[in-house]
Amino acid sequence: MATETQQVKQVVTTALERFGAEPDDITPDATFEALAIDSLDLAELSQIVEDEFGVRLTSADVAGVKTVGEAIDLIASRG
Amino acid sequence: MRTVAVTGVGCVSPLGVGAAVLIEGWSHGACAVRDGEAACRAFDASDFMSVKEARRADRFAQLALAAAAEAVENAGLADGLPCEPYRAGCLIGTGIGGIATIEANHSRLLSNGARSVSPLAVPLMMSNAGTAAVSMRYGLCGPSFGVVSACAAGAHAIGTAMHAIRSGAAELMIAGGAEATLTPLARAAFAAMDATSTCGVSRPFDVRRDGFVMGEGAGVLVLEDADKARARGTPVLAVLRGYGATSDAYHLTAPDADGRGAAAAIRLALADAAVDPGEVDYVNAHGTSTPLNDRSETVALKHALGQHAARIPVSSLKGSTGHLLGAAGAVEAIATVLALRAGIAPPTVGLQQPDPELDLDHVASAARQLRRSPSAPTIAISNSFGFGGHNAVLVLETPPEDAPAPGDDRGSVAR
Repeated sequence: MATETQQVKQVVTTALERFGAEPDDITPDATFEALAIDSLDLAELSQIVEDEFGVRLTSADVAGVKTVGEAIDLIASRG
Repeated sequence: MRTVAVTGVGCVSPLGVGAAVLIEGWSHGACAVRDGEAACRAFDASDFMSVKEARRADRFAQLALAAAAEAVENAGLADGLPCEPYRAGCLIGTGIGGIATIEANHSRLLSNGARSVSPLAVPLMMSNAGTAAVSMRYGLCGPSFGVVSACAAGAHAIGTAMHAIRSGAAELMIAGGAEATLTPLARAAFAAMDATSTCGVSRPFDVRRDGFVMGEGAGVLVLEDADKARARGTPVLAVLRGYGATSDAYHLTAPDADGRGAAAAIRLALADAAVDPGEVDYVNAHGTSTPLNDRSETVALKHALGQHAARIPVSSLKGSTGHLLGAAGAVEAIATVLALRAGIAPPTVGLQQPDPELDLDHVASAARQLRRSPSAPTIAISNSFGFGGHNAVLVLETPPEDAPAPGDDRGSVAR
């Protein structure tokens, strides 16, 4: 599980950087709001996660997630 | 009636980034066509926008943002709007919109299925995306929407913006056109209908012309109520004095050979401007280098300008830049403003063997001095015609008092 969380963290971080978030700002406690990551970014992130880990997140799943760490935990728990 | 002033211009064209580069290149006869196309090779989106903005804009909207940045700076608005946000709007015309986005996502759909299509596909491909990007960047909360009329879109956007200011619906409008269709589908589609040149040369009004050369780019103007512009002390680059729009209602793609719709648009624009054909000093032609357009446009100019048609220099930018489609009318309006200010008719680049049937003064070979009077403004019309039979004509004139503009002082605003 630890390895998998690490993999998820890597994929999520890479995606957020690609979306335009500042690499130094991407920490587990950072909120998506603070990173200027919006619903369109999260929809794209859901696609990437599905491709990488086969985890299908609905917009309702994603709506409750506020921080990078919460997203990583949610994805890892479904994996 | 309110007078509408042009207070800022900005563009990205195949000749380079910036309005000064456009007029300098064109007036010296530069040609940006390479291998049968005219791309904006000098454009780098990262010079104008963040990673996030660039990801959220198809190339056509990126070009619009870059052109708008120059126009806004040029108008002295870099620090903010001079009016309430709801009194400032945006109209960016386009022929197609985000076709590169459509093609890329369609490929993903076919190869990887529906769930591989990007959530950004719709906001990037929509034809109003250029308007949306510019309105968000500058906080324009007034009337803003896309303007879609094929190769007349840029001119329709500018004319519609002029009406918005005249009517009082807005005090300031950022208007223009943007297009980026150098893509496999668009190339194939224009070639399939025999619209593009098979030899890859743009030579308007030349007897050997065989179609247009595809270009890309964006042109954006800041238009303001002239009284308000003067009150805030900003230089007026030109006056947008009139606009005429008609439709041929004749054929899906071919212009009416008698040029009736186009001639009517020219007449309406001159009447709107209260300008007599005898006062026109320059015609910025649509001049696409297709056999049909250049012939019917010549006929239309003769109908609308009568005996004066033979005297007035008529030149087309498209020999220099190719056809910028939905951006053409806006980039050409900017080129016209700057040509008027310089007092020249830039040349129709590529015109070497004039078509004997097209017997107007098409300014072959080199730029020419325009007729100028110390007591009267220098006046030009700029023609734009689009598939679907849509015609839009703008009347532009030099302002009462001179103000510096891009290209007036070489290099001062080039960046």
